[in-house]
Amino acid sequence: MSTQAPITPKIQIDHVSYSYDGKLMLRDVTLDVPANAITVFFGPAGSGKSTLLRLINRLNDLVDGTQMTGRILLDGQDIYAPGVNVPALRRRVGMVFALPLPLPGTVRENIIYGPRLAGERDPGRLEEIVVRSLTQAALWDEVKDRLDSPATALSGGQQQRLCIARSLALEPDVLLLDEPTSGLDPISTGKVEDSLFELKQRYTIIIVPHSIQQAARVADFAAFFLMGELVEYRPGREIFTAPRDRRTEDYITGRFG
Amino acid sequence: MISRNRYRVQRIGFALLTLAALTVVLPILFVVGAIVARGIGAISWEFLTAMPGNGMKAGGIFPAIVGTLLLTLGTALAAIPVGVAGAIYLAEYARDNRLTRAIRLAIVNLAGIPSVVYGLFGVGLFVLFLRFGTSILAGSLTLAIMTLPVIISTAEEALRAVPVEFRTVSASLGGTRWQGIRNIVLPQALPGIITGIILGLLRAAVETAPILFTVAAFFLPRLPHSPLDQTMALPYHLYVISTQVPGMPLEIQYGTALVLLALVLSMNVVATMIRSYFRRKRQW
Amino acid sequence: MSKTTPIRRTEFIVEAFIRVMGFSTIGFVLLIFLFLLREGVPTFFEVPLDNLFGTRWYPTFGLFGTLPLILGSLLVTITAIVIALPLGVATAVFVREVAPHWAREILKPMIEVLAGIPSVVLGFFGMTLVAPLVRDALGAPTGLTAFTGALILAYMALPTIISVAEDALDAVPKSYRDAGLAMGATQWQTIWRVVVPAARSGILTAVMLGMGRAIGETMAVMMVTGNAARMPLSLDSFFRPIRTMTATIAAEMGEVAQGSTHYHALFGIGIVLFVVTFIINLAAASTMFQKRRRGGLR
Repeated sequence: MSTQAPITPKIQIDHVSYSYDGKLMLRDVTLDVPANAITVFFGPAGSGKSTLLRLINRLNDLVDGTQMTGRILLDGQDIYAPGVNVPALRRRVGMVFALPLPLPGTVRENIIYGPRLAGERDPGRLEEIVVRSLTQAALWDEVKDRLDSPATALSGGQQQRLCIARSLALEPDVLLLDEPTSGLDPISTGKVEDSLFELKQRYTIIIVPHSIQQAARVADFAAFFLMGELVEYRPGREIFTAPRDRRTEDYITGRFG
Repeated sequence: MISRNRYRVQRIGFALLTLAALTVVLPILFVVGAIVARGIGAISWEFLTAMPGNGMKAGGIFPAIVGTLLLTLGTALAAIPVGVAGAIYLAEYARDNRLTRAIRLAIVNLAGIPSVVYGLFGVGLFVLFLRFGTSILAGSLTLAIMTLPVIISTAEEALRAVPVEFRTVSASLGGTRWQGIRNIVLPQALPGIITGIILGLLRAAVETAPILFTVAAFFLPRLPHSPLDQTMALPYHLYVISTQVPGMPLEIQYGTALVLLALVLSMNVVATMIRSYFRRKRQW
Repeated sequence: MSKTTPIRRTEFIVEAFIRVMGFSTIGFVLLIFLFLLREGVPTFFEVPLDNLFGTRWYPTFGLFGTLPLILGSLLVTITAIVIALPLGVATAVFVREVAPHWAREILKPMIEVLAGIPSVVLGFFGMTLVAPLVRDALGAPTGLTAFTGALILAYMALPTIISVAEDALDAVPKSYRDAGLAMGATQWQTIWRVVVPAARSGILTAVMLGMGRAIGETMAVMMVTGNAARMPLSLDSFFRPIRTMTATIAAEMGEVAQGSTHYHALFGIGIVLFVVTFIINLAAASTMFQKRRRGGLR
């Protein structure tokens, strides 16, 4: 069951089924993701939520032995249509991973990696990008004096915000976050969540949270996945206080984990 | 409680193992020591930089050193692009199918072909069929094919050591596969690749059989000045002066052997130093 | 959503180059085999089979009996392996299981030094220092014998055998050793009854690779075995000069006229060497493959 969000959907997932190595990971998922909001995919491990995330920026192309049916539309256009420029897609749909993964190099080099690959060479513009993305990721004040130090010298929480800044440097439309705070302490987690609230004004955000509490804290809309199936998809306030499906309620109340 | 007998057996056994290890190691020390002791007397600046004289029985081994350097250069020019590209293919592009297994089998086989068979092949293809004649060109190309498996294996290993996460991150930032390789994976793997290249080229520099009939000459009046020239070379020089020149002073023979040995040992040390230096600086 | 075309085109060329280079190794193996065949097959048309498999190798008289050469290679190689196998496995066991840390730090670089000594240098050493010793010890006319060759060859094969055997021992899980000790065995008993049997296939691979190395060795044997193409038929052939296939090619290739029967015959010997090492390496590679596929240690 799905609900039409009142605003025009940024991303439309249309009857998507997906299998890897013969195993069915997603069964006939249909949902619309609204723009400028935080949408949460949550559910127990192995429910397919991270898999679905990686389909949205076609990161699953890097894996062999997969099969997919259905469509995923970004601004109304099928991202799996033949001839689609995949690197350009990935610049529009950025991703942050569960573990902070700084690239080898300095803080500055991490941020400008994406834009440089896209062809940006002007040092002035690159510097602007560095300032802008670090500010948006709420990291600027902490690293502005350390732009040329190795990215690995930052703390875990800072590294993760660096990864967010790195994706933001490309000015994507959508930001996908796969358990971004799972390795972080509560303070860093709080900082990341706060920056998400800021970011959703300009970007569309989909996040797989690492706990139900986090899901409840940040979700404007939330989708509950169980064993590859979309069980329920409703505004955040509703689904966590009054879930309609028995399975959702069981999961939220901790009857299974 | 283990009986004393079993412990005695163990003590004898361990002693035998130690004996075996000593039997392996002591002769190594003896070889190196003997060559150093008997050859050091011949080593001097002139020995290394002067041309030989008096039918090779006096003077220096300069042309042999130059020849070995030229051959190594030629081998490097031919083997490095092919080897590194091949390694990139295996590490980054190849899928796990029959073709890839055939490629790996081919590499194992190239590595196992006797050096003298490479020499035969070099004569058949480069010297004769392609009409390069006995030349630095023919010798380098022969050595290059011989060096290929070493370079490919070590380079592939270096590439695979780079964490796969970097490629994923690069892709998620809009990088194509090649962009990720060129900007992140390759630079990170470079120390390992360079170490492998050094060791591979080193092996090529000291091999005799492949160059016996493809390039090497014993007495050349002047240094080579084109790739189609023949050249002297250190390993071949040692072979000839120790087996085919009557009255050759023993000290010069040992001296030449010492130069070869010193070359190998020093380059191995260099390669190890490069490897450990960059391992410490790694950001993963 | 379109990319600038110049970048796309350069990338296409680069990736095409990489792919071609990836396949090149297969090409080279085929090329080598092809050229060996091209120059070697004529032997079978120019030399009758009973000559080719005869016992006399005197090319100047038109006798191309390859048996003494084949047997020479076999004798020297097998003897070398008989010497190197126990020494190598024992050293590998010593380094991996018994030696204290400081000893390991000395041993491993030393073995690498041995691996790096060029064959011509070892041959030179064998010729000038070992052969006279052998001669004096045996009271024989010369120290350039099959035995001397086997001795030198054994040391050349040792680094290969030791390192592959070491890897095989490394692959045995710690739990095996712990289990052996827990059952009350001494370390010695655990090594020989648990660990080494578990590393069986790896040690077998080590032997095969060592053999491949030994059969293909040229310069060292050429300088040390005396180069007499005789049939090694009695026990004392051990202590007489002999000639291997590799030394034959290296010694005579310089003197043959291109296109002559002798020339073709040398290439024919090259084919034999190529095929033999191909088979040995194939066998060694497949034992490694099987071990990986079964995911275990047998």
